[in-house]
Amino acid sequence: MNEIVIDPITRLEGHGNVSIFLDDNGEVENAYLKIPELRGFEKFCIGRKAELMPQLTTRICGVCPVAHHFAATKALDVAFNVEPPSAAKKLRELMYSAYYIYDHTLHFYYLGGPDFVVGPDAPPEKRNILGVIEKVGMPVAKEVIKHRAYGQKITEIIGGKATHPVCGLPGGISKPLSEENRQEIEKMAASCVNFAQFTLNLFHDVVLGNTEYVDMIKSQAYTMPTYYMGTVDENNKVNFYDGKIRVVDPTGQEFVKFEPKDYLKHIGEHVEEWTYSKFPYLKEVGWKGEVAGKDSGIYRVGPLARLNASDGMTTPLAQAEYLVMYKTLGGKPIHDTLAFHWARLIELLYATEHTMELAKDPEITSTNVRNKPGEPTEGVGITEAARGTLIHHYVLDQDALVKDVNLIVATTNNYPAICMSIRDAAKGLIHNCKVDQGILNRVEMAFRAYDPCFGCATHVAIGQMPLTVKVYNAQKQLIHTVSR
Amino acid sequence: MSNNKLKIAFYWAASCGGCEIAVLDINEKILEVVQIADIVFWPVALDVKYKDVEAMADKYIDITFFNGSIRNSEQEHMAKLLRQKSKTLVAFGSCAHEGCVPGLANLNDRKEIFKQVYINDKSNVNPQGVIPQTHSKVEEGTLEIPVFYDTVRTLGQTVDVDYFLPGCPPPVKLIAGAIDAIASGTLPPKGSVLAPLKAVCDECPRKRENKKIDKIYRVYEKTPEPEKCLLEQGILCMGIATRSGCGAQCLKVDMPCTGCGGACPNVPEQGAAMMSALASILGYDGEPGKTQYTEKDVEKLLGQVKDTVGTFYMYSLPASILKRKVIKNE
Repeated sequence: MNEIVIDPITRLEGHGNVSIFLDDNGEVENAYLKIPELRGFEKFCIGRKAELMPQLTTRICGVCPVAHHFAATKALDVAFNVEPPSAAKKLRELMYSAYYIYDHTLHFYYLGGPDFVVGPDAPPEKRNILGVIEKVGMPVAKEVIKHRAYGQKITEIIGGKATHPVCGLPGGISKPLSEENRQEIEKMAASCVNFAQFTLNLFHDVVLGNTEYVDMIKSQAYTMPTYYMGTVDENNKVNFYDGKIRVVDPTGQEFVKFEPKDYLKHIGEHVEEWTYSKFPYLKEVGWKGEVAGKDSGIYRVGPLARLNASDGMTTPLAQAEYLVMYKTLGGKPIHDTLAFHWARLIELLYATEHTMELAKDPEITSTNVRNKPGEPTEGVGITEAARGTLIHHYVLDQDALVKDVNLIVATTNNYPAICMSIRDAAKGLIHNCKVDQGILNRVEMAFRAYDPCFGCATHVAIGQMPLTVKVYNAQKQLIHTVSR
Repeated sequence: MSNNKLKIAFYWAASCGGCEIAVLDINEKILEVVQIADIVFWPVALDVKYKDVEAMADKYIDITFFNGSIRNSEQEHMAKLLRQKSKTLVAFGSCAHEGCVPGLANLNDRKEIFKQVYINDKSNVNPQGVIPQTHSKVEEGTLEIPVFYDTVRTLGQTVDVDYFLPGCPPPVKLIAGAIDAIASGTLPPKGSVLAPLKAVCDECPRKRENKKIDKIYRVYEKTPEPEKCLLEQGILCMGIATRSGCGAQCLKVDMPCTGCGGACPNVPEQGAAMMSALASILGYDGEPGKTQYTEKDVEKLLGQVKDTVGTFYMYSLPASILKRKVIKNE
């Protein structure tokens, strides 16, 4: 039996790596995406002051700190048995929508978008933000930089800091919004709505206007029927900040809809020896290994999953685009992994429209933003992070110190599906032992669609991971190492 | 590409990605950076292979900005490699500088962390008690993952560091200042922290009246008056013991400083400095002549601070004199 060769590349290989095993005929037998790191928040948060959790847990991920901040804050609302005033909820949601503007823009232009905008077969040195700038031109690049910054700026106004905000408190938010700041936010939001429409037009021109891309999106290598999970409001419309968790099965039928506090009845986590990440699944269906379909408890979260699990969007422009997507790709649910990119832009549009709605809400500048917390107990807080459903669960002691913590973060929810997407893409694309840079790009696109943030999942990389793919033949000998 | 351009690299180890976002938050200035420098390695944004770094000559990179702490064998390897390949190595952000929030893991060891994450977590379904292994056999072969260390170390505890850029993440102003200093060749002496010499209090617009406090409030227990010093209102604020450069951002939304800027200049460590500052502020204001407190008084006053380690060392445990909790394994 050949062990993995411990060469410099093995030790160097970055924050996510894939091992692909071939059979006697040079076809893919299996592939593994290993997550090489863990930080242990669930342990070292024990003993900390409850009110610090919204700040401690932002350090799980600096890309989506707002998601952790408010999942934590909402868990504290429940744990302290306090309902925030309506204006505080709206302010939190305003900040939350602005965070989506920044995060989805980041992914489309900086991280995932280069695959399409520059092209999946472009040389690696061009497939980056600088390549995007070259392709779309400097004026557009400046718009991208400006609107990503607007998302951050709004978060900073309400949250204190954009990366690692501090405003969340059990029972509310630390400070009301001034009229001056409200006007500034409204102006930025209006500009963001236009920018999101521009981005969707770009996507239609560059991606959907290219039949090769559309064929690729619909191809078998990138298709996987699974369950889908997302948070919905009382009308089953997408909601990022609050609601019930809805799961649909691979045919699109509602499988279950549950309150955040009941998540343990529905979600279990499986452990494997070969990776630091765990494998969440639907308990009612069960862990059946890395297989897709209705009999396997594997589900997906994130933009496409949220849209699949909902009945639509609450804002007009996003709703119109929602309908276009399902019409174009053949109805609900969509199982095409690369459609995550489209869904993400629909959510970007929704986030800008919703930011605008909230900025114009007469209640948003109310000074009533804090209610008094009650006695410390236990609480679950769930939000939709940009990358999917995010669960924080705390048990507090009588001094309001943390006694127990459980966290299931967005990318961890998607980890089983990402593993399978990589395997399936490898199976569909690698034949007769033939592996080259181009095929690697295409395999990689299978996981980049999820915008995997292993910073969240355990901490690894954000967005675009340095990646080493090792290919082993039937004798378990390493025959190819492709890195990027 | 001109050969006179600086060669810059960005790398992250055990961190959250926030430092990478902070680099993007310099916004248009990134276009200036591209004018003066070639980014030769930046895994998050550019497709440059790890093996290309290995192939570089020693000191090929002019400046490497390294964020994140050292938590496993792979990160240690990268820290050493980038030190070898770089003329100047900058510890970028609180994790690389002092260990930051993930450094609180030094209150536990690997065994305890694995037990919580893989066995105890409420959502686990793990009847066999499976725990990740550095080497594990699967049907098709053997898989390897890096060794998870017991102790989180800072970059400076792992390799020789030239400069430190504090903050979680470093404020845009400090990043821009560092870039300007690099571009103009005006970097301070080796070993400097690239931040103002003042404390957060010096940047905070809130009014201080040099009052004593006898009651400490948790941040959710009291809505503070907007213009006044939070510490003097009884809300624990680390501003007095924390290096500035952030513009007292957290204070602007009525929340206390939790200390992400790290220790002030000329103090051995942040936590001890804060405790000492607190000791001089705690007291009974109604008793101006009282300079002596009984042991009971002191115990009562200080006993109000819950979770002292997490409070005073939220960002600096690995770099502190405490470093970690000693855990005896039977």
